[in-house]
Amino acid sequence: MALDEIKIGGLGASRRRVEDNRFIRGKGNYVDDIVLPGMLHMEILRSPVAHARIKSIDVSKAYEIPGVRLVLTGEMMAARNLAWMPTLSYDTQAVLATDKVRFQGQEVAAVIADDPYIAKDACEAIVVEYEQLPAIVNPMQAMAADSVVIRDDKENQPGNKVFDWEIGDKAATDKAFAEADVISKMELHYPRSHPSPMETCGSIADFDRATGKLTVYMTSQAPHIVRAAVAMVAELPEHMIRIVSPDLGGGFGNKVPIYPGYVVSILASILTERPVKWIEDKTGNLISTGFGRDVYLQGELALRKDGKMLGMRMKTISDHGAFYADAQPSKFKIGLMHSTFACYDIPAAHLESVGYYTNKAPGGVAYRCSFRVTEAMFFQERMVHAAANDLGMDQAEFRRMNLVKDDMFPYRTAFGFLTDSGQYGKCLDIGLKAIGYSTYKAEQAEARKRGKLLGIGISTMTEPLGAGNSREYDILGIKMFDSAELRVHMTGKAILRTGAMNQGQGHQTTWAQIVAHELGIPADDVTVEEGDTDTAPFGMGTYASRSTPVAGAAVAMVSRKIRAKARKIAAHLLEVSEEDIEWELGRFYVRSNKERGVTIQDCALAAYSNMPDGMEPGLENNAYYDPPNLTWPFAAYFVKVEVDAETGVWDVLKVVAVDDCGVRINPMVVEGQIMGGLTEAYAMASMQYQTYDSEGNCIGANYMDYLLPTAWETPGFELHEVVTPCPHHPIGAKGVGECATVAGPAAFVNAVVDAVGHTGVRNIDMPMMPNRVYEALTTGKDISGMPPVKMGD
Amino acid sequence: MTSLYDEVQAAPAPGVVTRRVTIKVNGDDRTVDVEPRLLLAHLLRQGLKMTGTHSGCDSSNCGACVILFDGRPIKSCTMLAVQADGHSLETVEGLASASELHPIQEGFKEEHGLHCGFCTPGMMLAAKALLDKNNDPTEDEIRWALSGNLCRCTGYQNIVKSVLWAAKKMRAESN
Amino acid sequence: MYPSRFGYESPKTIEEAIALLDSYAGEAKILSGGQSLIPMIKLRFSAPEMLVDINGIAGLDYHRVDPDGSIHIGALCRHEELENCALMEKHAPTIAAAAPLVSDPIVRTRGTFVGSVCHADPQGDWAATMTAMGGHIVAQGPKGTREISMKDFVIGPFQNTLAFNEIAIEAVIPAPKGVRVGNYLKLERRVGDFATASVAVSLEMKGDTVISAGIALASVGGRTIDASAAGQALVGQKITPELIAKVAAAVAATAEPRTDHRGSSDYKRQIVKTFVARILNGLATTSQKAA
Repeated sequence: MALDEIKIGGLGASRRRVEDNRFIRGKGNYVDDIVLPGMLHMEILRSPVAHARIKSIDVSKAYEIPGVRLVLTGEMMAARNLAWMPTLSYDTQAVLATDKVRFQGQEVAAVIADDPYIAKDACEAIVVEYEQLPAIVNPMQAMAADSVVIRDDKENQPGNKVFDWEIGDKAATDKAFAEADVISKMELHYPRSHPSPMETCGSIADFDRATGKLTVYMTSQAPHIVRAAVAMVAELPEHMIRIVSPDLGGGFGNKVPIYPGYVVSILASILTERPVKWIEDKTGNLISTGFGRDVYLQGELALRKDGKMLGMRMKTISDHGAFYADAQPSKFKIGLMHSTFACYDIPAAHLESVGYYTNKAPGGVAYRCSFRVTEAMFFQERMVHAAANDLGMDQAEFRRMNLVKDDMFPYRTAFGFLTDSGQYGKCLDIGLKAIGYSTYKAEQAEARKRGKLLGIGISTMTEPLGAGNSREYDILGIKMFDSAELRVHMTGKAILRTGAMNQGQGHQTTWAQIVAHELGIPADDVTVEEGDTDTAPFGMGTYASRSTPVAGAAVAMVSRKIRAKARKIAAHLLEVSEEDIEWELGRFYVRSNKERGVTIQDCALAAYSNMPDGMEPGLENNAYYDPPNLTWPFAAYFVKVEVDAETGVWDVLKVVAVDDCGVRINPMVVEGQIMGGLTEAYAMASMQYQTYDSEGNCIGANYMDYLLPTAWETPGFELHEVVTPCPHHPIGAKGVGECATVAGPAAFVNAVVDAVGHTGVRNIDMPMMPNRVYEALTTGKDISGMPPVKMGD
Repeated sequence: MTSLYDEVQAAPAPGVVTRRVTIKVNGDDRTVDVEPRLLLAHLLRQGLKMTGTHSGCDSSNCGACVILFDGRPIKSCTMLAVQADGHSLETVEGLASASELHPIQEGFKEEHGLHCGFCTPGMMLAAKALLDKNNDPTEDEIRWALSGNLCRCTGYQNIVKSVLWAAKKMRAESN
Repeated sequence: MYPSRFGYESPKTIEEAIALLDSYAGEAKILSGGQSLIPMIKLRFSAPEMLVDINGIAGLDYHRVDPDGSIHIGALCRHEELENCALMEKHAPTIAAAAPLVSDPIVRTRGTFVGSVCHADPQGDWAATMTAMGGHIVAQGPKGTREISMKDFVIGPFQNTLAFNEIAIEAVIPAPKGVRVGNYLKLERRVGDFATASVAVSLEMKGDTVISAGIALASVGGRTIDASAAGQALVGQKITPELIAKVAAAVAATAEPRTDHRGSSDYKRQIVKTFVARILNGLATTSQKAA
C-alpha cells in the first residue's frame, strides 16, 4: 500500500514546523545566546560624520578603564594588511578607517573588554579628531564635475563613478520608439531601505592557538562564502576555518555581506587568545550594513495606439554608498535589473546603468530583492500604470493585452531571459474578481462626490528566482550551484544537510518534506541541518529566493540517488531482477505480484546487514545541483485604498494576492512568506526608508526614525493560489520568498496614485507618507523623495 | 562580585558599587549582586543564562525583550535590574509547565505565528498579558495589544490567528 | 545601548526622596516610569550621577475625581490606568481620548502621566492635555508643596521649572464649571512614532453653549503650545460651522512647526487646522444631541 503523502508530511502538507519546538520555548540558539569560556566583548566606535579626514586617534584614555583588554585602530589593522578587505563586487572596503571616514557610522576603532558596558565606556573615551569634508548624498551630486572624490584611496578612480553597464538591442529599441504612436515616460527614486531583521549582525570569533583552527559563530546567510573569503583575507588555510551560522533572527539579505565587525573580531581573537563576541546594536546595523535599493530610474515605453507595447528603454543611476559592496552575480553590475518587463510580450528593450559612490553606507543589494529585481518590477508596474493612463486604457485590460499568453512559452524576453511557464491571465482574472474590480470605477466616482478618494492599484510580474546556472552566474568566481547530502540510518531514519542557510524560511521542516515525497520516509524521521561549514556540503547560501529552486532541487536529486540504490537492494531482497521492480510511496514491489514488496526501511536495514554481492554498504549520497535555468513565479497583487483629502493619510481597505510559485512544498509556509513580503511592501510604500540631510546625517538609523509597521497598521491579506509547475525543477517548484516584496510596493503606490490621479499626479516617491500625498493632491505635481531632506525652514 | 559577562570570575573594578537584589523569576527566587546600570534584559540573558528574552533594538521600540513584571508586560531593556528587587517576573522559559506547553505556545505553532522566532517570546508574553485580562478578544483588540511588538517576518496575520487559537483553547479549558 | 555608571537609591517616602535630591545638588534624577529617562540614559544623551527611584513610595499610584469634580492623578499613576477608564471618559474626555495614543501599549504599563508631563517633551501628549484642561502640577520640596500652572511649569524643550530638590507628586485638573467635553487627535505614521502634529481640545459646556475653551498643540513647536486664546471666540457661543472654521484657522496660526522629514511647516499647520475642525465638529454634534 502506498503511503498517504500528506500524512507522512510530503509535498503539499502544511506540516507544522520542527524549528518552532525550540523557538516557542525560548530555546533558540542565536549568536548572542552562545557563551564560550573566557569570552571577551567587542564594541565598535563609529564615525559621527559622513566625510572627513582623520587627523588623529588617541586611545590612551580607553586603556585606563579597568577591564579593557585591547583597542584596535585602522593603523593597527594596516600593519597586518587588514585595514582594507575585498567586497563581493571586486571593490575594497575599509575594515577600520585609516585616512578618511566616508560615511556616517563607518567603523573607526574597536574596543575589546570584559563586558560590553565597559567596552562602550572605553569607546566613549577614545578621542578622534576629524577634519570635515563636503558630504555627497545622492548620485547627482556625485557625478558633478566639481564634486569631491570620495574614493581617493583607489588608483585610476574616475571621479565618483563605480561602473557603466548596458544590455539590450539599442538599435531595435530606437526603431521601436521611432515607430511608436504614444511614448509614455516615468521617472522615480526607489528610496534607500534597510532589511532590518529583528536580530542584528554579530560574531563570536574563536581562534584556538593549540590547534590553529579558527571557529566563527556568526550571522551569515552564506557561511561557505564567508569561509572562502576569510581564507583569502586572513590567509588561514580553508580547512582550518569553521564558520557556524546557528539560528538566525531574520536575514532578508542583510546577513550576506561580510562586515568589518566580523574581520575585527577575528583579529581580536587571534591577538587576545580569547573568544571575542561582537554583537551589533540596532543603530550600527541600520547605519552601516547592507541596505537595499536607492536607485534613480528613468524609463520610456513605446506604444501602439491600441495599447501594444513595442519597446522599452530604461536608465538606472544607482547609489552604492562609500564602497561597492553589492552581493550579486559578478557578470551583472546592476543585478538582474534587465528582468524588467519579463511578463510582457515586448520585442525590443535597452537598459543603461551607471553606479556612483556617495557618503553613505556601502552596498545596494541586500533586501529580499533577488538582485535588483525589486527595483526592476516596481519600475515596470509604475511605468505600466502611467502608460495605461496615458493611453486612456483600463489598467487591467492594458496588462492583459500585453501579458505573455500561456501558449507562448517558452518565451525569450527582449533581454534574453527564457521564461518557461505561467498562467498570467488566469491569475489576473482571479484577482480582479476578488478585489471587486468590475464595480470599482462606479464606486470610485460615487465616493469622490462625497469627498472620499478611493484608489485601486494592480501589480503583475514574473521574476527570475534561483540563481543560477553556472554559464552565467557566479559570485567572486564561485558558481552558484547548491548541494544536499543525505544519509539513511539502518532503522530507516535519516539526516540531511544542505548548503543553504535559512533565517526563518523553515528549511528544517520543508526539506524533510521533499525527502518524504521522494523516498516515503516520514518527514518526522528526517533531521535537517544547515549552517556549519565543517559538516554541510558546499553551498552558496540562502538569499534571492534561491533555496527551493537550487538547494531544494539538490535535496530531490540526492533522494533519487538513494532511491536508485535502494531499488537495487529491493531487487536483491525480493530475489527478482531490477526490471521487475516498481515503486510506490515508501515501498518497492514486484510488478507481477503487488503484495510482494519491501519498504524503504527494509532496504535501509539491508544496506547495513544484507547487501547484494559487490555492493558498497551504507545508504547515503550527495548531490550538487547546477540549475538549468532560473524559475519564474508569477504574482498579481491588487490593493484598494482610501485617501483622506485633508491630511493625506491613506488607509488600506483590501489586499488581494494571487501567487503562482509552482508546486508548493508546504502551503502554510508559502503563505507565511507571502504575507511577510506583503507587509514589507506595505512598509516601504507607507513609512519605511532611510534618508539623509545635506551634511550626510542619516535619518533612519534607529527604530525611532526607521519606521516598521506594527500589527495595528498592517492590513490583512486575502491570498489566492494558482499552480503552474516549473518544467525543469525536479519537483516543479519555483522560488517565492521574495515575490511579495518585489511585486507588492507597486500595487500600493498605484492605488494611491489612482486615488489622487485626477489632479494630474503621475508619481509619488515611496514612502508615501501623509505629507507627500497631501502635497501631491494639493499641487497636482509629482513628489520626489531624493535626499537631502529639508530640515528647518 | 562576579562579572555577569565573563565566565572567568573577575572582581569588580575599584569604586564600582553593586546592590544585592532578590527577584522571583518564573516562581523561583534569584539573588544576585548587580551594578545599578545593568539592564534587566541583560540580567536575564547573561546573569541568569535565560536567553529566551531577546535584545532587538537600542531605542525601546521593538518589544523583543518583553516579559511580564508583576503580571504586566514591560520592556525588560527599559528597566534596570535593581528595579525588579522584590518583584515577580515571568519569561518565556516559564510559559510551559514540565509536561505541557502553554496554549499560547501551542497556538503559535499551530497557526504558523513565527518564522525566525526572534520576536516570538516577547510577542507571546504580550499576548498572554492580553488573554489574562480579556479571554475573548477581537482581532482589533489583539492587534492593538500587540502594537508594541515588532515582527519582520510574519506580517502579523498568523500571529493574530495564533492568539485567537490560544484564546479559544483557554476558554474551553476554563469551562 | 549600555548606560554609563550611576548610583541608585530607592527611598520609601517622599521626604527621603527629597532629601536625596537635595544632597546630590542637581546631579540626581527621579526615576518613575523610566520610559523616557532610561532610553536617554542608554543612548548616553543623559548621564546623571544618581537615580532616585520613587516606585517604592506608597500612596502615589492613584487617579480619582473628587466630589467637587477636580481630577487628581498621582505621580505613579501609569498611562494604562487612564485608558478604557470610565472615570476619565465621564469627567475628562480629552484624557480618555489621549490615553490610548500615548506611545505603545507596553510602555503604557510603566510610564506615568506625571512623569511624562515633567519630561516636557514638545511631542508630549499629556503636557498638551494638561495645558488644554488648565491643569497644574503639585510639587513637593524641603519646604513643603506648591502648585505650578502648566504655563509656568514647562518653559522649553525638556525643561521644567521644578527645583533640583522638588518632586512632582500630583497632577490636578480643577473642577469644571460646566460639563466637560473634549477630544485629542494625533497624526502618527504608526503606533509609537513621534507625532507629526497633535491637538488637545477641552471645552466646558452649559447645554450647547461653550463657557470655557482650552486648546493646546504638541509637536508643532519647541514646546507645548497653548492655543486657548485662539479658542476664546467660542466662549459664550454655540459651536457653529463658521466659528469652527474661524477657530481652526486661528489655532493653526499659533503653531510654530519646523519643516523636517515628517512634512513642511505648512503641512503641519494644515493638520492642526484639520484636527481642530474635526474635533469641534464632533463636539458640536454631541453637544446638540445632549442639549
